[in-house]
Amino acid sequence: MDVLLDMKNVKVDIKTRSGTFAALDLEHLWINRGETVALVGETGSGKSMTASAIMKLFPTNKAKITNGEILFEGQDLVSWSERKMEKVRGKSMTMIFQDPMSSLNPVFPIGEPMVRMICKHLGVGKKEAKKTAIEALSFVGLPDPKGMMKRYPHELSGGQRQRVMISMAMACKPKLLIADEPTTALDVTIQLQILYLINQMKEKQGTSILFITHNLSVVSHIADRIAIMYGGRIIETGRTKEVFRSPRHPYTKMLIDAIPSVTNDRERLPVIEGMIDRSIEGCPFANRCPKARRECSTQGMPKLEGSSQDHMAACFFPLEEVPALV
Amino acid sequence: MIRFLIRRILLGIFVLFGVSLITFLIARVIPSEPAARWIGPRATAEQIAAAKVELGLNQPLFMQYINYIKGLFTGDWGVSITSHQPVLKELLIFLPSSLEIILGGMLIALIVGIPLGVLTAVYKETWIDHLSRGISIGGVSIPAFWLAMILQLIFYQYLGWFPLGERVSTETALLYPIETITGSNLIDSAVQGNWVYFSDALNHSILPMLTMAAFPLGVVTRMTRSSMLEVVGEEYMRVTKAFGFSSGVRTFKYALKNAMGPTITSLGLTFAYALTTTFLIESVFTWPGLGLYTSNAILSSDYPVIMGVTIFVTAAYLIVNLLVDITLAILDPRIKVNVE
Ligand SMILES: Nc1ncnc2c1ncn2[C@@H]1O[C@H](COP(=O)(O)OP(=O)(O)O)[C@@H](O)[C@H]1O
Ligand SMILES: [Mg+2]
Repeated sequence: MDVLLDMKNVKVDIKTRSGTFAALDLEHLWINRGETVALVGETGSGKSMTASAIMKLFPTNKAKITNGEILFEGQDLVSWSERKMEKVRGKSMTMIFQDPMSSLNPVFPIGEPMVRMICKHLGVGKKEAKKTAIEALSFVGLPDPKGMMKRYPHELSGGQRQRVMISMAMACKPKLLIADEPTTALDVTIQLQILYLINQMKEKQGTSILFITHNLSVVSHIADRIAIMYGGRIIETGRTKEVFRSPRHPYTKMLIDAIPSVTNDRERLPVIEGMIDRSIEGCPFANRCPKARRECSTQGMPKLEGSSQDHMAACFFPLEEVPALV
Repeated sequence: MIRFLIRRILLGIFVLFGVSLITFLIARVIPSEPAARWIGPRATAEQIAAAKVELGLNQPLFMQYINYIKGLFTGDWGVSITSHQPVLKELLIFLPSSLEIILGGMLIALIVGIPLGVLTAVYKETWIDHLSRGISIGGVSIPAFWLAMILQLIFYQYLGWFPLGERVSTETALLYPIETITGSNLIDSAVQGNWVYFSDALNHSILPMLTMAAFPLGVVTRMTRSSMLEVVGEEYMRVTKAFGFSSGVRTFKYALKNAMGPTITSLGLTFAYALTTTFLIESVFTWPGLGLYTSNAILSSDYPVIMGVTIFVTAAYLIVNLLVDITLAILDPRIKVNVE
């Protein structure tokens, strides 16, 4: 398969008053063309930081990529200037954010930044750009797309705003869409519609999608592959079905067991006890892992390993593979 | 928007009525004998009684007020007790000259202050920021009359770039006269294409305008800086970056419009400061304006003038506030919703 994005050994450090803090230490993450990859992990595990690294768009200027390469269509973005990045952001790679309420500029009508962006990236005139923008707005199912161009964000609901964001993201037919928890702030009924739209982008435009969520159950329907993050690292990655069928990392297994479902009729959902301890010299999950042995926290970080790239885990003592039902 | 305007204008008229009543009562309560002043130092009792009838001072207080209000609407704002000239006519001569330095100062504050504020926000904690902070604090805290004298010392005494005072040199006024249209020498001479007069008048007004600009400049710069910093940290600015807009477009197109609200509001507030400061500036630069006119009126208890000036200043303040609110509503579409 054709790889669109390939991140290897990417490290992001954040400078704080008390020293530098390794916010991200990604061994390997890749996305093929036309594929949806889900990035799953608890809050603070580094999902947004991964997205920021790809777009080189950090929430703070104290954050820096200190190591590794981010190959996008074969070119390493790490060394790219801000000028060069501006040409691909919004055009080849684009991003939608968690909170649609604060994602849109309150004092500009919906159409203004859309038209400006389309003019810039596609090199077309205003009239043409307007047409493209209206098409994008109707693609995401917004009523009266022409009138929508002149509406202001405060006149729209959260779901409508997220649709506007998606239409803006898809307007230039990007190769990669990063969706950072795009449904977390929305009502459950609207969540499904947004998921459907993002999936449509993949189907209709062949856009690859990096779907970020802390909700594992959302992922099983839309993701071809998933990557589980913990403490700024990817601890398990593989084809979605494989990972769900036979998780290799104890953390992944605990996450899957914690998904509420009809068949899961226990009184209380299992809780993963404890907090992440970033000072450990070894597997970052060791202090919370029920299967941890003494070696886990002494012999350095475990590497992503597996029989094939279709399923790998970073664990010294991975769980037994569940045999496939033939 | 229309409803909002009508409401604000009605409210403004209401405020003006209130102010006129208060100034009217104060003028009557203060123990002074306007009729005696009207005649002069050697007034006889009969003359004073006649003057009272002439000025309407023999009528009941209520009727006097009604007459005064009637006059306000028909353009009869009373007659100055010292100069015996209609108050409105004199106001219309002195007001434009004051407005010239007030608005000129405000304009300088905006034109310099907004870019400086943006620049200091972009280059936060660099020498540009520190320098501008120094200038702003200085502008806000240095007394206007003192700044005026320092400017005179530097630019007149040492450098000789600008004249000491007055609105225009006597020679220019005699050799290249202009007709009065708006009362602002700068506008009138520019409209008439009299560039000799214009440049001379401009030379004269630069120092007073700079003095006037100092305080609003400091306020505008700091306000723009802090609201820009706030806006730049907003999520939608990161989104703007994620769509590939350059930093110039992000700052001047998408951030600035959001940041302008507090700046415009604070500029409106400094207008009240400017109205009082013009009194000081005019006396340092012997600038014949509203300030000089009013100080003289106060010294001679010329109550029709004092009342006229008060009404005028109140109206000007209300208009400026209305303009501020309209500008805010144009800048931010959410404001209309809150008002209606
Ligand atoms: N603006 C920031 N300043 C300092 N640290 C940050 C900032 N944003 C994120 N971090 C740190 O980076 C780590 C990864 O955060 P993030 O990628 O936002 O997590 P997630 O998106 O998975 O919830 C966290 O430990 C967090 O504390
Ligand atoms: Mg996040």
